[in-house]
Amino acid sequence: MLNSLLIDTSKCIGCRACQVACKQWNRLPAEETSFTGFYENPVRFTANSWTRVSFREHEDESTGDVSWYFAKIGCMHCTDAACEKVCPAGAISHTETGAVVTDPKKCIGCNYCVASCTFKVMSFNQKENISQKCTLCSDRQAIGLIPACAKACPTGAIQFGTRAEMVDLAHRRVNDLVVQGSSKAQIYGLEELNGTGVMYVLKDDPEEYGLPANPKIPISAYIWNAIFRPLRIFVVALVGLLLWENKRETEKVLPTENEAK
Amino acid sequence: MTNHWIDYKNSDVFLAFGCNPAENHPISMKWVERARAEKGAKLIVVDPRFTRSAATADLYAPLRPGTNIAFLGGLINYVLSNKLYHEEYVLNYTNATYLINPEFSFNDGLFSGAHDAEDRAVNYDKDSWSYQVDAEGKVIKDPTATDQHSVLQLMKKHYERYDFKTVSRITGCPVDKLQAVAELFASTGQPGKAGNIMYAMGVTQFTHGSQNVRAIACLQLLLGNMGIPGGGVNAQRGQANVQGSTDMAMLYHLIPGYLNMPKAALHEDLAAYLEKETPAGGYWTNKPKFLISMLKAWYGDYATQDNDFCYDYVPKLDTKDRSHIGMYKYMGEGEIKGMICWADNPAVTGPSASTKRNYSQNLDWLVSIDIFENETAAFWKEPGVDPTEIDTEVFLLPSSVSFEREGTIANSGRWIQWRYQAQEPLGDAHTDIWIVDQLFKAVKKEYEKNAGPFAEPILKMKWDYGAEADANAVAMEINGYDLKTGLLLEDFTKLADDGSTACGCWIYSGYYNNATHPACKSRIKEDSGIGTNAKWSFAWPLNRRIIYNRCSADPQGNAWNPDTPLMWWDGLTWQRNDVPDFNANVPPETTAQAPYIMLPELQARLFASGLADGPFPEHYEPAESPIRNILSTTVQFNPVTKIWYEDHLAAAGDKNFPYVISTYRVSEHWQSGIMTRNTPWLNELMPALFIEISPTLAEKLGIKNGDQVEISSYRKQHITALACITPRMKPLLVDGELREMVGMPFHWGFMGLNKGAVVNDIVPSIGDANTNIPEYKAFLCNIRKVG
Repeated sequence: MLNSLLIDTSKCIGCRACQVACKQWNRLPAEETSFTGFYENPVRFTANSWTRVSFREHEDESTGDVSWYFAKIGCMHCTDAACEKVCPAGAISHTETGAVVTDPKKCIGCNYCVASCTFKVMSFNQKENISQKCTLCSDRQAIGLIPACAKACPTGAIQFGTRAEMVDLAHRRVNDLVVQGSSKAQIYGLEELNGTGVMYVLKDDPEEYGLPANPKIPISAYIWNAIFRPLRIFVVALVGLLLWENKRETEKVLPTENEAK
Repeated sequence: MTNHWIDYKNSDVFLAFGCNPAENHPISMKWVERARAEKGAKLIVVDPRFTRSAATADLYAPLRPGTNIAFLGGLINYVLSNKLYHEEYVLNYTNATYLINPEFSFNDGLFSGAHDAEDRAVNYDKDSWSYQVDAEGKVIKDPTATDQHSVLQLMKKHYERYDFKTVSRITGCPVDKLQAVAELFASTGQPGKAGNIMYAMGVTQFTHGSQNVRAIACLQLLLGNMGIPGGGVNAQRGQANVQGSTDMAMLYHLIPGYLNMPKAALHEDLAAYLEKETPAGGYWTNKPKFLISMLKAWYGDYATQDNDFCYDYVPKLDTKDRSHIGMYKYMGEGEIKGMICWADNPAVTGPSASTKRNYSQNLDWLVSIDIFENETAAFWKEPGVDPTEIDTEVFLLPSSVSFEREGTIANSGRWIQWRYQAQEPLGDAHTDIWIVDQLFKAVKKEYEKNAGPFAEPILKMKWDYGAEADANAVAMEINGYDLKTGLLLEDFTKLADDGSTACGCWIYSGYYNNATHPACKSRIKEDSGIGTNAKWSFAWPLNRRIIYNRCSADPQGNAWNPDTPLMWWDGLTWQRNDVPDFNANVPPETTAQAPYIMLPELQARLFASGLADGPFPEHYEPAESPIRNILSTTVQFNPVTKIWYEDHLAAAGDKNFPYVISTYRVSEHWQSGIMTRNTPWLNELMPALFIEISPTLAEKLGIKNGDQVEISSYRKQHITALACITPRMKPLLVDGELREMVGMPFHWGFMGLNKGAVVNDIVPSIGDANTNIPEYKAFLCNIRKVG
């Protein structure tokens, strides 16, 4: 049975309890950050920062009205996961409940997953020479606990349950939002990448939250998966091509608020 | 709060006014979001800044800091002039129908009875702020409230000046936004609808803070939103147990249970105190029982009828103002020689904080009890200070965090909940109760050895909580017990004034009602219903979750909203979803005009003579303001506010300090930051002090995002911070001119892992006319780019 995380941005208050809970449960050290003029911090994913809350300001030029969107972002646990496809060591897999996880013992530190990630989430831990990211708290799930971020969320903006339950909840919530006047309310992650383990209820278009409207696996990942992955001997030869190709693809999505300006 | 957190789910419209629930009270948003999701409730946020709360709101309206009464007055005028008030509620449950002394008047910013005063512009002689009474002393009423001297008509007249155009000129809030807020919130004036006003320090921290709260109460009374599920005047308290600390009289002018601190000049003996402090009507007529039972809890067998129950042992206030600002003024003058600073960091949190650090040098000794060495304890280490010139002896006692101790906390909804110790304090740290117990015992020993002057209050104090004080034993004393049987009291209705009961804090009585399963430890959750959760902990008073709840039903006893019934008369008896706040043994007609049992009138006060600065809230500018007061030719700011220091305030419109500044908190840090700035995960989120500036002001001053900015005050204080330039800050059109404002969080200081300037250094030392709470929320500054 698949489990999913549903992030209802209409209930998110940007408090970032999820960010801290993630670090606490996963024993991730704090980053040395600096204030760059925005609330968002850290400004990008790293091996020690697996989830972040994006803060996006918008100003309607005609009315002068301001809006400020918050969204918890992190690994989407894609059904069609580019990271899994490109991993030459078979270190990335889906758990029975649908989480995409990396096996540090198998990881060879080649960085292909980092370069290919559609959402620019996968990060490289230089000290350990492995890739790291959100595990959807697979360790907590294994003992019957919900992910730390969902547990910490004070408003219920982060819900966790079976995928069927979450899909149902998302549909109901979007319907309610439309009735209440949010005509652009929509679900994100239902069909994207054949369904993502992390879904969103959005009140506006995905781009307004920094999410790509049509997330795609880079073509190179397909090529790699179909042709070259069986021939792992070509790994080294293709590194350059893949990194270049994927850098181009992924830079289009998830710029930080700072960069978005 | 008059209501409680879970009750928020019953609201139809929320007005977050002078608070920032999403950032400072995140858990409140759980219930706000539930009401929005389940019943389509709307959230209005009124705030000078577009905050994280504003981001989640259905409707946002800006206002200039310090113009709350103008804004609320505009809403009151809209409700009155369009007759949108809840008429049946207003005529029966408030003093709207009372006739006021014909001598009462209001003219050009001053109420009748103003006379010159020594330390402030005026004081009021309140004779004319009175009800008309007949020959028998009964208040004369006009049941239709149409008489020109009736409270309702006087109120209409007072607020007719607050039309939206005028309010917009003062507040800077555009008329269409005022209109939208007024229409949406006034919709809760219909019977059966519930409007909830949430507030916090954005209402209280002004020279007119008490009147801000009054204005909120008046609006809620007019709309019939008091005493009903989903309604209320809901103070969201600043930290987890601030409600508990005020209940227990952590305020200079109170003793536990909201009794006034005795004053030496006024209350020379027990009889004088009881005579002057006990009103003729309402539930406070029981005050002698509360005080005498408290004295029995404090002095035990020593407290007898013959010795005034040891009333003489209780410290009395002298004639000086002992509020926070006063305490530091007198410390500055060398009057105060020693200070115990317990879980408090005034060197960061007090107004004009830098002077506080200077004044600490006048102390012979200072004890700081906190979980980390804070700026108050380390005033001698501040950069630029020469410790060799300081003689103060500083003691640092490491204490514990909430998880390391047991006891109760009282939340904003007055729920008193027992918490258990999760782990022992680390290292040399001890729990607060251990520290106070050891300290008292050591002091007592000292007095026993070298009997000093007036030793009795120490030697005769009842102090029997065990070799190491047990929080349960303290709780039992606070709950109270019968001295004849030794049994814990069921509740405060059992208190006596003859010395036969002891009770540390009357409002808490019932929370520890038995030794094995006390109410404050009960954890039975309600699965359905209106969220009363009567068996989850205990709410003071009497486990009542919504106070004034007679008002949840009409005079005949029918619930205004049958979907969320709280109290209703079924023809034979009162049915209840809460503990009644009225006599529920009699039919509804008997209480139809007596729902506010704590007041002698038994009806709520739209006109209230108790405050120092007027029976109706009137708009005055903050003590420092960019403009002249539009509503008065002579009165600029609250005329009853005490002036503490000469040459302390920038004049109205001072060109050298052209920007309005407000201070506040963010989600990621807490109060003076001493806990959170020592938590790396939180420093990661908010790594430095910043100042929020509008893009227009930033452009004018050539400031870019992340630049270092200097902020200065009239009091020659300068601080620096990093620029946060955001369209969430906007200049407002005030009195025909675009005025800029800036905002800063105040969590930083020079200690800990994450250092920054002390923002309260630039806050003036001036406070509310009634409470002296400092005006942190609106003053003037100048800013410039550094380098």
